[in-house]
Amino acid sequence: MTPTIDLELILYITALGLISIGLAGVVLSQHLFRMVLALVIAEAGANLMLVLAGYRWDAVAPILTSLGEHPQMVDPVPQAMVLTAIVIGVGIQALAVSILIRIRQRFGTLDRHEVAAHMDAEIAQIAGTSRDMSQESPLGERPLPPLPGTPAASREGRS
Amino acid sequence: MTEIELWIAALLSLTVLSAAVLVLLVKNHIAAVAAASVVSLGLALLFVLMRAPDVAMTEAAIGAGLSSLILALALRRLGLWQIDGVKSRQNLIKAINGVERDA
Repeated sequence: MTPTIDLELILYITALGLISIGLAGVVLSQHLFRMVLALVIAEAGANLMLVLAGYRWDAVAPILTSLGEHPQMVDPVPQAMVLTAIVIGVGIQALAVSILIRIRQRFGTLDRHEVAAHMDAEIAQIAGTSRDMSQESPLGERPLPPLPGTPAASREGRS
Repeated sequence: MTEIELWIAALLSLTVLSAAVLVLLVKNHIAAVAAASVVSLGLALLFVLMRAPDVAMTEAAIGAGLSSLILALALRRLGLWQIDGVKSRQNLIKAINGVERDA
């Protein structure tokens, strides 16, 4: 039994699982704060993936102890990149949180659909048009004539 | 690479993945922030196993410490800082009293 392949397999599964859980959370979550947390998780998975790119099982940590002999080292370049990425991630997180605070001050809610509806209404008000929320009555001219099969009365009633 | 490191890595991976699922599923926002901190801490231990001690130091200090501090302060500012109501505590007290009465 070779334990190296197993360890790398475990770490790859962890990294891919973190990335997919984070992306699923970003796409599926209803609350904006939960979306920020999912973004943090996806970023942690990406960091793990990057460190895993420079990992070798028979190497030591990249610290130069004696000048004479050089044992096999783990690749230190991805580790330096990840060191930067962690700090940038905290910066992104603080920016996202500040945007959330502004959204709450402005709209009073953090639910995704409610915030989207408020923003649509505000944009429509500034642009001076009615809210474009429906496929049946788009803004501006209709580019193609309506299909002959669909009854016009139902479209009128819905819009 | 010894056998024990393999088992530690498997255990840590399980912890990290379940905490990540918990972040999305748990209802209380403080608990979600705590679960995100657990993800970061387990990841720091995994970095130690992967011979990256500098990354592990940074992840433990910034990812688990500063990041959850920022998120907790944002929770206060956003008005989501609610410890799971008086109701559950009353239920707990009632359950404990019931157990004592039974015993």
